[in-house]
Amino acid sequence: MSNDFDTIIVGGGLVGAALACGIAAKSWPVFARGLRETTGIDIGLQQNGGYDFCLTADEWDARSEEMRLVRRHTRGEFEYEMLDNADLRARIPQVSPEVLGASYSRHDGHVNPLLLLHALHRRMQALGCRYYPNRRVAAISHEPGVFSVSAGGDRLRAARVVLSAGLDNQRLAHELGMHVPVAPLRGQLLITERVENFLPCATLQLRQTREGSLQIGDSHEDVGLDESTTLEVITRLAARAVRIFPQLSGLRLQRAWAALRVMTPDGIPIYHASEQCPGAFAVSCHSGVTLAPLHAGAVADWISGDQPHPLIAEFSAQRFDISNT
Amino acid sequence: MFKQLSDNKAEMLTIELDAESVTVPAGISVAAAMLYLDAAATRQTPVSGSPRAAFCMMGVCFECLMEIDGSPNRRACQVVVTAGMRVRRQLGARDNGQAS
Amino acid sequence: MKADYPLLVIGAGPAGMAAAQTAAEYGVEVAVIDQQAQPGGQIYRNVDSSLLNDPSILGKDYTFGKPLVQAFRRAGLDYHAATSVWYLDKNRRLGILKQGENYQLSARKIVIATGAQERPMPVPGWQLPGVMTAGAGQILLKSAALVPRDGVVLAGNGPLMLLVAWQYLQAGVRLRALLDTTPRGTLFKALRHLPKALGASDYLWRGLRLMASIRHAGVPAYKAVSDLRAIGDGCLQAVSFNAAGKSQRIETELLLLHQGIFPALHITQAAGCDIRWNEAQQCWRPALDAWGESSRAGIFVAGDGAGIVGARAASLDGQLAGLQLAHQLGRITAVERDRLAQPIRKAADRHRSIRPFLDACYPVADALLAPPDDTLVCRCEEIDAADVRAVVRLGCVGPNQAKAFLRCGMGPCQGRFCGSTVEQIFAHERGVSVSDVGRFSVRPPLQPITLGQLAGIQDLTED
Repeated sequence: MSNDFDTIIVGGGLVGAALACGIAAKSWPVFARGLRETTGIDIGLQQNGGYDFCLTADEWDARSEEMRLVRRHTRGEFEYEMLDNADLRARIPQVSPEVLGASYSRHDGHVNPLLLLHALHRRMQALGCRYYPNRRVAAISHEPGVFSVSAGGDRLRAARVVLSAGLDNQRLAHELGMHVPVAPLRGQLLITERVENFLPCATLQLRQTREGSLQIGDSHEDVGLDESTTLEVITRLAARAVRIFPQLSGLRLQRAWAALRVMTPDGIPIYHASEQCPGAFAVSCHSGVTLAPLHAGAVADWISGDQPHPLIAEFSAQRFDISNT
Repeated sequence: MFKQLSDNKAEMLTIELDAESVTVPAGISVAAAMLYLDAAATRQTPVSGSPRAAFCMMGVCFECLMEIDGSPNRRACQVVVTAGMRVRRQLGARDNGQAS
Repeated sequence: MKADYPLLVIGAGPAGMAAAQTAAEYGVEVAVIDQQAQPGGQIYRNVDSSLLNDPSILGKDYTFGKPLVQAFRRAGLDYHAATSVWYLDKNRRLGILKQGENYQLSARKIVIATGAQERPMPVPGWQLPGVMTAGAGQILLKSAALVPRDGVVLAGNGPLMLLVAWQYLQAGVRLRALLDTTPRGTLFKALRHLPKALGASDYLWRGLRLMASIRHAGVPAYKAVSDLRAIGDGCLQAVSFNAAGKSQRIETELLLLHQGIFPALHITQAAGCDIRWNEAQQCWRPALDAWGESSRAGIFVAGDGAGIVGARAASLDGQLAGLQLAHQLGRITAVERDRLAQPIRKAADRHRSIRPFLDACYPVADALLAPPDDTLVCRCEEIDAADVRAVVRLGCVGPNQAKAFLRCGMGPCQGRFCGSTVEQIFAHERGVSVSDVGRFSVRPPLQPITLGQLAGIQDLTED
């Protein structure tokens, strides 16, 4: 049976109410509402669960196993269902009879990543952050208590420096005595023309943005820094989408594109504080969209508080040090 | 908005525009036919619903999107009229992929 | 279609026809793919299949194309009309759509001869039905024998606008007004290019004759027009503008806009060819060698798609590319190629010598490159100039991030009608050259394709 709430607080006094505020503020809906109220940008949050379709028995088995593992790791907090074709089509009638089934999790959702980035930029500048675009950081040096960042002719000094430079994090972290192993993993994605409401919720293979376009993807290809699309992959993505939803066959492709994910060796984020240069931090992950509220919350608290955080410590890059294992 | 030059050799044919029979010169594009019919607007945008009509006539601007013979979002300037063709103006986004 | 072509020419306008015929003449196996149903490109559109009884009202520069198109048809090349290239990558892999069927193939050599498009002329209200481009008006005349029913206002500048005005007069159309947006003092600045232009004085005489006959017809003409607006509720009802310090308003149901043309670069960029900013023509052009070969070996660009040269020079450039391809594919020696190329190059240079003068005569007013805040920039996603300026001020790193923040350029036209304006707004706001701003990246599909067509792709290379 699915839960009614994530957390129940007993007691509505100062303590309970303060806790309720703090805990609720960490959720996606509150994060999204905050951005809308402060920047005027609606990032298109839909949090009504998500499906991952399985076309073959192998896919079904692998998915079931994966879901079981996640549930175990979260001590049962993660909820999911495995739906066969009949159950699935009872909920999404457009799905082809050819689809074996799907996993469903109510935790899944969707935001528009482009609008999220736009909103975050507006917010950070409204909060007084200075933004220096188009500057490649050439060097970072450290003396006790101060970092100097050389970028595009400027030399900027600060007591703390946070590296969130995507694939460039490895190079920059090295300058500050950190080992942050990241590698590119290409993903290709199809975007269709706008259609009237088609999908009620997100699926791993396909989602509909608020504007009406469908996003179909994504692929995982280890091809170095090559950001190009390939005929083979976009053909495969289209074929899979049409197998799941045959009525999409007449829909036009608007855009196919490829991008490089920032992958850590185990696929789990790196939140690392430098021991050699106190005040230097590295943040690397491939899921900047999903984790945005966490980054704006707990990770930011950890960095600005200079406090070791027991949970975040588990995400240190030290886990990749050979001497540690 | 546009008329035929009198000195032309086009024959006429009948198409269906929003379920109404209309007569247009043969051999011209659907977008040209819309202008000939004084029915310039081919659609309302899915973003704000503002009316749009053919603009570049050469397949670049995608303003003249229409539903032609059941297939939505086709560039009317790139399709030549044929007898009996069913042409519809589009209001907002197309339906969810029921098209042929 | 075949799995692999030694030479594939994309586009059957003057440059594409010439490149294909020249290469074929020396024994190269050529295939030609063209989006249009008839060869000739935009310039010679329907020249041998016109609905007009008397196509000569369109002028001699148009009818000049008739023997060229007929010769192309007679050459018996592997020619695919009404066929579009929806995919091309740097490895010369192609996705081709013909009669709804999707083919995947490759080519050893490719000539991109996809010509030009009109430069967007964003003015407030340009999205209203009743506002079109001058080129659109000309296409309606060439391909449908249609002319404005109740008069027309032409606004902008450039040779094509004057030509359309002249053609409309020939066809008996009422020109309500000719609004010339060329900034004041332009002709004086252009004069220094005149000596070189005298080498192609036939162009000058034709231009002067054109202007004289428009003047003679008594068309109300306004110079140095600014603050142009298209006004109407649901469709165009009037235009307003400023000329000689006075606000004017003209009632009209049709306004045709034009401010020059620039190379259509979508296919060229998709192929990964380097492009450079050209300040004189205010456009991006591919970087090419003397034969038209791009930075990607084996990929040539010929004609207006390489930089605006006009139909005659385009045809000659196509011939030069054809010779070099015949040489690269082992059909003629370098000595032969050079001997054959010499007179062609000389003629091409002569036709080209008019360009600096023409470019200088028809500069685009700054306010039409980077329009006022209330002007729609991206017609598809309905993004106005104020929105674009706001993200520039936010520190947007370039047009591609503006695309992400605003969806500007993400609609069906894929930035073809807003890209140049977005670049110019960035350049103006930052006080830098467009070359420092960069350009929208190009994403497939280059032409519309459905998911079903894509999924059912016929991979001929795997046969």
